[in-house]
Amino acid sequence: MIAIIDYGMGNLHSVLKAFKRINSDVIISSDINEIKKADKLILPGVGHFKNGMKKLKEKNLIGVLNDMVLKEKKPILGICLGVQLFTKHSEEGDVDGLGWIDAKTVKFKDSKFKIPHMGWNDLNIKKNSVLFDGINNENNFYFVHSYYLDCKDQGDVLATTSYSKEFVSAIQKENIFGVQFHPEKSHSYGLQILKNFASKI
Amino acid sequence: MFRPRIIPCLLLKDRGLVKTVKFKDPRYIGDPINAVKIFNDFEADELVFLDIDASKNNKTIDLDFVKKVGQEAFVPFAVGGGIKSTDQIKALLNAGSEKVVINSSAIENSQLIKEASEIFGSQSIIASIDVKKENGKYSVYGCGGTKKMELDLIDFAKKVEKLGAGEIMINSIDLDGTMEGFDIELIKSITDNVKIPVIAVGGAGSLEDMKRAVEEGGASAVSAGSIFVYSGKSKGILINYPDKEDIEEIFSHR
Repeated sequence: MIAIIDYGMGNLHSVLKAFKRINSDVIISSDINEIKKADKLILPGVGHFKNGMKKLKEKNLIGVLNDMVLKEKKPILGICLGVQLFTKHSEEGDVDGLGWIDAKTVKFKDSKFKIPHMGWNDLNIKKNSVLFDGINNENNFYFVHSYYLDCKDQGDVLATTSYSKEFVSAIQKENIFGVQFHPEKSHSYGLQILKNFASKI
Repeated sequence: MFRPRIIPCLLLKDRGLVKTVKFKDPRYIGDPINAVKIFNDFEADELVFLDIDASKNNKTIDLDFVKKVGQEAFVPFAVGGGIKSTDQIKALLNAGSEKVVINSSAIENSQLIKEASEIFGSQSIIASIDVKKENGKYSVYGCGGTKKMELDLIDFAKKVEKLGAGEIMINSIDLDGTMEGFDIELIKSITDNVKIPVIAVGGAGSLEDMKRAVEEGGASAVSAGSIFVYSGKSKGILINYPDKEDIEEIFSHR
């Protein structure tokens, strides 16, 4: 069973709807005992980094997430703000994140490009991963973000995307997966990624 | 490569899908939920639903309708029409919409944009501005294009950006439903003065028009009604969306 972590940040229904469409066994939950029973986790999220960390703390979710992800090595997929929360620190609110990957969350700074980066863009896949089975560099995904991951360890980078600069759009470190775009809103290719996460990982 | 979004703008009146000309004469097009299903199949980039009577009648876009769209749509969508409070925005986002469109309230109570963007994030707040050209000057209109406002267009656009809007939707009342092409000068006057993405609306008659709005006007996205609900200029009703290949082709030579 896949648990979508409900920590009060953003639209979880579209994530739930997407997993239901591919017939996954999925729940939305903020209940620690329920989350503990899951085989896989999704950390979605839209909004401010600082609020995201605050909400995770308020709901006492950080401990259980650390246990499941770092000790039990359960697969987790972070989406948008979700993957940003995996980093050590964010410029958005100048706060520390979960620190699971050696990266910082930083803001787009080129003034010639409109921020947020909002719309459809493609990937430059850097590394093979089952997460991208059936996906190639031609496929478009839906992005909405003003911040991105600055990864120290390039070995964690699965894909980059070009906007005002080339930025990290997907990562994997062992059981920890994350995408900056919204697979749940990215038509059939987005569903393919969720399907890969649900059935191949 | 980053690709501008092409967004069908779907107008609602009494729960039916309609299309206007210059914000007037709404013509019944069909069932909006059916349109959602068709746009799902076309894999449209995004959809916008606007209740054109809500503000005039002091109502808000129907929550049950938005829930239905939320259940059907597999593309990101925004909703607007008479939104006045963060509670309403919360309910609409929970119903499955990604964004809300704030128009009349942006004028009457611009603090709503600030409050809403702080709670839900800028990316979920579109400030929409309806504009009419009068004696060579642009005037801002509220309340579904019925009320002229004493506002300077550029100052107002900068203000909504500062308050936290994630996007500005700039709508030409004069060109609505005409399919004569966008008002490039109008779009450029906004994109030159704000850093957030601008959605151009009003006048699209072809993919070429959309290309001009992006290349010459600086729009990040283009939205239209007639072109997506009518077949050709004879205006037979036919819900449609350009082919992926055609979209990529038209925007590839930039």
